[in-house]
Amino acid sequence: MRFTKKDILDIQSLSKDEISMILDTAVGMKEISERPVKKVPTLRGKTIVMFFQEPSTRTKLSFELAAKRLSADTVSISKSTSSIVKGETLIDTAKNLEAMRPDVIVMRHSSSGAAYQVSKRVGCSVINAGDGTHAHPSQALLDMMSIREAKGKLEGLKVSIIGDISHSRVARSDIIGLTRMGARVSICAPDTMIPVGIENLGCRVEKTMESCVTDADVVMMLRIQKERMGNLLFPTEREYAGLYGLNNRRLGLAKDNVLVMHPGPMNRGVEISSEVADSGCSMILDQVTNGVALRMALFYLVAGGSRHADTD
Amino acid sequence: MQILIKGAQVIDPGRIDGVKDILIKDGKFAQIEEPDQIKPESDTQVIDAEGLIAVPGLIDVHVHLREPGHEYKETIESGLKAAAAGGFTAVCCMPNTKPVNDNAQVTSFIIEQGRKACAARVYPAGAISVGSSGTALAEIGDMKQAGIKAVTDDGLPVSSSQLMRRAMEYCKTMDIPILVHAEDKDLANNGSMNEGPKATALGLRGIPNASESVMVCRDIAMAELTGARVHFCHMSTAQSIDAIRQAKRKGIPVTCETAPHYFTLTDEDIPPYDTNFKMNPPLRSEIDRQAIIEGLKDGTIDMIATDHAPHNIDEKDVEFDRAAFGIIGLETALPLALELVGRGHITMEELVEKMAKAPAELMGINNDLVSGNPADLTLIDPDYEFIVDPDTFISKSRNTPFAGRQVKGRAAMTFGNGIRVYEAK
Repeated sequence: MRFTKKDILDIQSLSKDEISMILDTAVGMKEISERPVKKVPTLRGKTIVMFFQEPSTRTKLSFELAAKRLSADTVSISKSTSSIVKGETLIDTAKNLEAMRPDVIVMRHSSSGAAYQVSKRVGCSVINAGDGTHAHPSQALLDMMSIREAKGKLEGLKVSIIGDISHSRVARSDIIGLTRMGARVSICAPDTMIPVGIENLGCRVEKTMESCVTDADVVMMLRIQKERMGNLLFPTEREYAGLYGLNNRRLGLAKDNVLVMHPGPMNRGVEISSEVADSGCSMILDQVTNGVALRMALFYLVAGGSRHADTD
Repeated sequence: MQILIKGAQVIDPGRIDGVKDILIKDGKFAQIEEPDQIKPESDTQVIDAEGLIAVPGLIDVHVHLREPGHEYKETIESGLKAAAAGGFTAVCCMPNTKPVNDNAQVTSFIIEQGRKACAARVYPAGAISVGSSGTALAEIGDMKQAGIKAVTDDGLPVSSSQLMRRAMEYCKTMDIPILVHAEDKDLANNGSMNEGPKATALGLRGIPNASESVMVCRDIAMAELTGARVHFCHMSTAQSIDAIRQAKRKGIPVTCETAPHYFTLTDEDIPPYDTNFKMNPPLRSEIDRQAIIEGLKDGTIDMIATDHAPHNIDEKDVEFDRAAFGIIGLETALPLALELVGRGHITMEELVEKMAKAPAELMGINNDLVSGNPADLTLIDPDYEFIVDPDTFISKSRNTPFAGRQVKGRAAMTFGNGIRVYEAK
């Protein structure tokens, strides 16, 4: 099978086979990061633009390291350094970037659909590094990679996602990806954080944290955005932690070899207790490690790596 | 100068329904007779209208003409010509111009520009509050003398219940209807499409049905309290229609309109992030669409208006949540409304009621096809099939979700004051 997608915009548009191919490729890439010299020439001569219109530390760094380990040249522009602050539209900025002939644009933007709209206007590949509350495909893929690495499979697993689903692009992408790969996804949060019709993406909505976590193979906690507390989503962090925080007692309801995940950054003591976050079942740092490998795989697949591999 | 329109199917609801000849003289209807009863004089211009439907001039009670202030989107002239091309002989233009039409000077300017356009007529709506800021009543009496036919803070709900009460009481005194933009902005929460599974999947913030219906319910209560004439604009939800149906049963003096997109499209029809499908209120669910059709059928919805909202491509070719709300509709409304007739939801007579008679009544005018009335007339070609092509629009803007749609029926000719202001090619 050959990877033919020009862009990675969301999980919805990836088939089960394409997801498997990405995950398999990422496994091969992971070894490169373990070498003393963490660099291969695969994407030498390719140019990758990091176009981040929203603050990001780990995702941007992860994409940059991934590009550099494949020997691609990277340039970064952020909101404060882009012409958008001068009033230029997103589409014009994207067209100008394309005119400099990059091979891939990695894009993060606060508006849902921004990467999709840009991809329609540019000939180079676009990788969505998070758009509004729509999608964060590379995060979902690295989550799937991490689960598959630890459990050996995705099919048949029960994955519980707890937290602010409404505002989470990670949750949407994870729900779509995991269910497509045969996992069962349950979600839980107060109704203020459950968007209308989320079950149409294939997940089950649980009323209580306890019922959601029971018999789970994976428990994924989402960050509570403290800046939203004034937004009527929940009364206090104290009450939220009491009702929806992951602690050892609740984790005891899950399967014995449960994995705990978090896309970060964590609010310790709010959605997750330190005893859980730092425990042996925590995959949180493995997710970060796998993120680089997974993003290397995405660059390799969209920037023509697979074509070279076939002909070299 | 005389015009004789021969052999059209003439429909003036409750009054005329049959093949007739219509004689227009000096800008007024002179005679409407059985075929071949009118003998034309030598200088009479004869129009063969066989196969066409002649109806009282269509009136769109909800249009944005953008002038003064945003002439790059639409001018009074381009908007009124687009209206004539869509078969409308008159439109009611909303006051959210720059400056806002909250005083007699702006009203007079609009009327004067409308007169110069030599196209459809314009009936300006004045603002309810100064600057549409929702704080103090505008000079409604003064504007009425200058020519407004209604008041509204269009696009901006009157959030203060007390101000709305006083506005209704004042407008009752002035015998002028209040056009209500029913929206609880707080509940709408800066959303950009209908709250539902599609918005969730696209990651777009949703606008719940209740953001419309809570204000409909409030203003029904206020209409009952004050006895004012209250008209609800662009109704989009099943709950609103239910509330208005009950209010009418109780005899509360309310009317309402919907727009063609609400009975034609749903949020599921929105191509990903296509801003030509972004309007306020947003496209709703299939349940709502069906409720709108039911409301049109049983008479709960009195009229069809377009909410014609021209925007330049600069305001639309951006991220979905940052794009301007609104679509144009003057040049697509008639064929879309005729789809209702084609599908058997309403009769042709009911369509004329909703697009000509009820709007005229709301505006306080008489557009009956009777001798002595100004000859405002629309000739409809019900069989003409075409594909909507925004490049052929007369409006200055192109923001329509209907590009490429196969439709049937259009205005063949539009007459205002007996002058042919539009003729289809």
